[in-house]
Amino acid sequence: MEGVSGEVGDFKVTLLKKARYIREDKCTGCTTCVEYCPVMVPDPFNQEIGKSKAVHIYFSQAIPLITYIDQSCLYLKEKKCGICETVCENDAIDFRQKDQLDQINVGAIILAPGFEPYDPRVVTEYKYGIFGNVVTSMDFERLLSSTGPYEGEIRRPSDQRHPHKIAWVQCVGSRRVTPGNNSYCSAVCCTYTQKQVILTKDHDSSAECTVFHNDIRSYGKDFERFYERAKNLSGIRFIRSYVTISREDPVTKNVFIRYATPNGVVEEDFDLVVLSVGLNPPKYSKELAQKLGIELEEHGFSKTEPFNLIQTSRPGVFVSGTFQGPTDIPESVFTASGAVSQTGQLLKHRKGKLATERVYPEEKEVAKEEPKVGVFVCHCGANIGRVVNVPEVVEYASKLPHVVHAQEQLFSCSTDSAKQITDVIKEKGLNRVIVAACTPRTHEPTFRDSLREAGLNQYFFEFANIREHCSWVHSMEKEEATKKAKDLVRMSWARAVRLEPLGEYELQVNKTALVVGGGVAGMTTALSLAKQGHEVYLVEREKELGGIVRRLHYTLEGLDVQGFLRDLIKEVYAHPLVHVITNARILNATGYVGNFVTRVQSDGFVKEIKHGATILATGATEYRPKEYLYGQDPRVMTNLELEERLAKGDESLKDLNTVVMIQCVGSRNEERNYCSRICCSQSIKNALKLKELRPDVDIYILFRDIRTYGFREDYYRLASDKGIRFIRYEPQSPPLVGVTDEGTLRVTVEDEILGNQLEIDTDLLSLAVAVVAPEGVEETALKFNATVGLDNFYKEAHVKLRPVDFGTDGVFVCGSAHYPKHIQEVINQAYGAAGRAMTLLSKETVTASGAVALVDQNACISCGACITVCNYGAISFEETPKGKKARVNPVLCKGDGLCTTKCPTGAVQLQHFKDGQIMAQLDAAKGETDILAELDRAVGE
Amino acid sequence: MAGVSRLQYTNEIRLIRVMCTGKVDLSYIFRAFSNGMDGVFVGACRLGECNYITHGNYSALKNVLIAKQILEHMGIEPERVTIKFMNSSDGQKFVEYVNKFTETIRRLGPLGEKRGKNLDKKFEAAQRIVPYVRLVERERLRTDLKTEEDHIKYFQREDTKRLIRELIVDRLIMSEIVGLLREKILSTNQIADEVGLGSSEVAKYVNYLSRQGLITYQEPVRGYTLVQ
Repeated sequence: MEGVSGEVGDFKVTLLKKARYIREDKCTGCTTCVEYCPVMVPDPFNQEIGKSKAVHIYFSQAIPLITYIDQSCLYLKEKKCGICETVCENDAIDFRQKDQLDQINVGAIILAPGFEPYDPRVVTEYKYGIFGNVVTSMDFERLLSSTGPYEGEIRRPSDQRHPHKIAWVQCVGSRRVTPGNNSYCSAVCCTYTQKQVILTKDHDSSAECTVFHNDIRSYGKDFERFYERAKNLSGIRFIRSYVTISREDPVTKNVFIRYATPNGVVEEDFDLVVLSVGLNPPKYSKELAQKLGIELEEHGFSKTEPFNLIQTSRPGVFVSGTFQGPTDIPESVFTASGAVSQTGQLLKHRKGKLATERVYPEEKEVAKEEPKVGVFVCHCGANIGRVVNVPEVVEYASKLPHVVHAQEQLFSCSTDSAKQITDVIKEKGLNRVIVAACTPRTHEPTFRDSLREAGLNQYFFEFANIREHCSWVHSMEKEEATKKAKDLVRMSWARAVRLEPLGEYELQVNKTALVVGGGVAGMTTALSLAKQGHEVYLVEREKELGGIVRRLHYTLEGLDVQGFLRDLIKEVYAHPLVHVITNARILNATGYVGNFVTRVQSDGFVKEIKHGATILATGATEYRPKEYLYGQDPRVMTNLELEERLAKGDESLKDLNTVVMIQCVGSRNEERNYCSRICCSQSIKNALKLKELRPDVDIYILFRDIRTYGFREDYYRLASDKGIRFIRYEPQSPPLVGVTDEGTLRVTVEDEILGNQLEIDTDLLSLAVAVVAPEGVEETALKFNATVGLDNFYKEAHVKLRPVDFGTDGVFVCGSAHYPKHIQEVINQAYGAAGRAMTLLSKETVTASGAVALVDQNACISCGACITVCNYGAISFEETPKGKKARVNPVLCKGDGLCTTKCPTGAVQLQHFKDGQIMAQLDAAKGETDILAELDRAVGE
Repeated sequence: MAGVSRLQYTNEIRLIRVMCTGKVDLSYIFRAFSNGMDGVFVGACRLGECNYITHGNYSALKNVLIAKQILEHMGIEPERVTIKFMNSSDGQKFVEYVNKFTETIRRLGPLGEKRGKNLDKKFEAAQRIVPYVRLVERERLRTDLKTEEDHIKYFQREDTKRLIRELIVDRLIMSEIVGLLREKILSTNQIADEVGLGSSEVAKYVNYLSRQGLITYQEPVRGYTLVQ
């Protein structure tokens, strides 16, 4: 991006598109050029550990999946070579391409530049680049990967041997104020290290893994259990110590690490040392900020609005992902959706104006015709043709019954070839089409489109994969590969003749949304949807909006929470599209994606709400502790109670001489095996406030791990600097709280460093209590067909990739109902849920695939086996003249077909994968001699 | 990912695509064997990481374990059917698994050679009782186990094995007998010879089938026929 002019709603962005030297519309990604290219270069995607070519695809999931030529190319450097141009059969190489400046006109800009892994070379103490067997976690990540330099084998740099004894060093580049390091916590390294340890043990179950760490920050959802899983593997040591990477064995090249133990400093050697590097701001963030006219915060990440981390300092420019600050995958995903929602608010009036509807010719009725099969066998440049004898396969296919056309194509997926398929269908009246080429994952939509263009139902298309399943994996066995290709074509043919046309179902979408829970999460989502033109019902159980945030007064950063909440509530009530129902109870909910009906009762009246989407934002509450004399001694209180007193300006707080805070009360134990995420910051926030009131107050924070992830680390440091004392305790020996005969409140704790019992007489004891799900979560979940996890927080569809969706379509989650979160994180996720809901609400209809289950009600014996196994709730009984019978709602069915293997009568069949179709394929897999006649007969059945 | 990474593997395997291994029915496994396949490999998502929320791979695992016991009863090595769990990116693992599996099958030799008498009929009988096995699975073999090891252990337990023997294998033999009698009239000894069991054991099944009114003894021809 070269520059931005204009203003919100009307930006002009100048983009520099670097020459790829590949015609994107011609390249099919066949990679023949890569094979012939003579220039080997260190592979940039694989951390330069493996080799790549001057022309190559960046990585195997790249989009678009085509090549580019980098500057190491001989032709670009010296006008020599040009082999790729000769071998490319699709004329896709273009050395005359130049860098190109484009200007585009946009209304809003979303920044998602990610992060830059910390480079440990800037500090010599990490010995990266000095000792051969010191690698970064990014290097190690590639070593572990099946697409990595050694195809998933872990080999160490010095001698390519499999390392057996591996050490990880945490906090490399993070949590340090020395030059070259970052003061903040990078927030993701503890858990990614645990993942690497687990994967290493998967590779080599006898591997010895040692993790040298400071605090273990397993603050994310299910991270605590993940940490325990890693810790409990055999041969794993977690050692809490700073380390020095001291020396390298001159012969074995093993690396020595010095670390502290209770018995003094020891030195130990390892085959490989992995540096768990932190997250830096993107490399060009300063330049980027300058061009965009946005401000950066002190660490070099994007500066944002205090209560809206998605909004940069410039209107119309939004930020998602790690450019907000170090964050994990789920946060990146929902801030991305959140940025979309805020963009939607801004550009509401232009929504959909650039979209045009594609019109296909009307479908011909061919189901009753005799099968007329066309077979197209693709060479894929040289990818298939070089191994499989394509003309022989064509010849073979042409002799199969009902095949009226067979031909070869150089690249079936190229625009011309796809058009040719359409033409041949029309010309020869084909009613089944087989393309023998690559995987349905990439090109099934392309060819289905060719069929639709010819007025043929798209489900008459069948793919035979003779590239990934044949030529690429049997490249040395030409004869056998050709035989297999024929088998695969025959199997596809057996299926193809039995294919049936299928319709795709369309259902109207109700444009209204229901938001359950009127806390900050629910209100934020509701407003975002309303600002995009949707009517929203916001229902709240209590008499007032605000949820738990009504009890919060300031954040760690010192923001005024009550002021923010007042404005938010005011805005919600003022918006004409938001209908608030307080004191509400949900009686029941029925329906499905796009068409829900929910009955809500409030103050004696019942309202029936019809809505297309549901957002669950039912929040969380505080654990009521049974431990540490809570409720028995007035000097013992929870963090929130202390915060309320601080906010009220309780004068007695100024007289405190000593304050003790105990962390992890009710969290990280057997009953609640999770970290409540926010309490470390909460305690530090209160401690700093108390220090403001009276600088010489003694404050002790008794903790297990301090989890001030991200920029919060700076406040932990500030607290230490202000003399707040942090004393670590082990869960086996928790602090003891008692009252002496003289009435003194006394906390006894084992001091690990001093090795003795420490007795602290305190004036006030504040407990950092767990955040727990509110009562009735399971009931609510049941009503909306949502799922609840082990700890009673809602269980999303995928913990990383779908963090605000449920497995049930049209229902979304956000806020602390999903997992405890800081207020800014709640707002991020609330916008994220709004963004996801908008992908549904902005549509007129939802379309369901034709490849769904269907019940033959005559064969249904009403046993309910299918209903029990369908977690999507897609099957239910309906009343028919013949009694209760199962019926599949095609909109909810995902087409996995589990129900079909449970039905004792075969009444439910998965369309497009019917038993008969799969059986035909199975039958055709056997030798070709006897099967043809049999199958031919079967077609006539 | 094996394909994209160009990993070379055995060419003796033919892949059939299903959207989820939960769709892999027992009848597919038996059909493959009766078609002359020497082994059946089921490639599933990792347990707990189903692409769908239905976790069909658990169902596939159970089907494979049930199939193993039925094969064993038929005198066929249970190793001829296997299930392996992997991610779509585990190309290397896929290759390792299918190569190893082909080796196993090669060591066992072609199934055709071991085909005792009437093996095809046994497979046909097995396919016929699949709907019944589904009921048994639902009513009696419900589990809430999470790992492959636990499933294997469960299916190795004596009470599970007995259950399968009583509920499935017995039914299978009777299905086979009915199949045989559909074709011709046979005496107890002849049946024993066809199904490869002792006469006294066969007599037990024949008596049961007679009591159920499914078959009847025809005095003049000294053999059993199906009741029409």
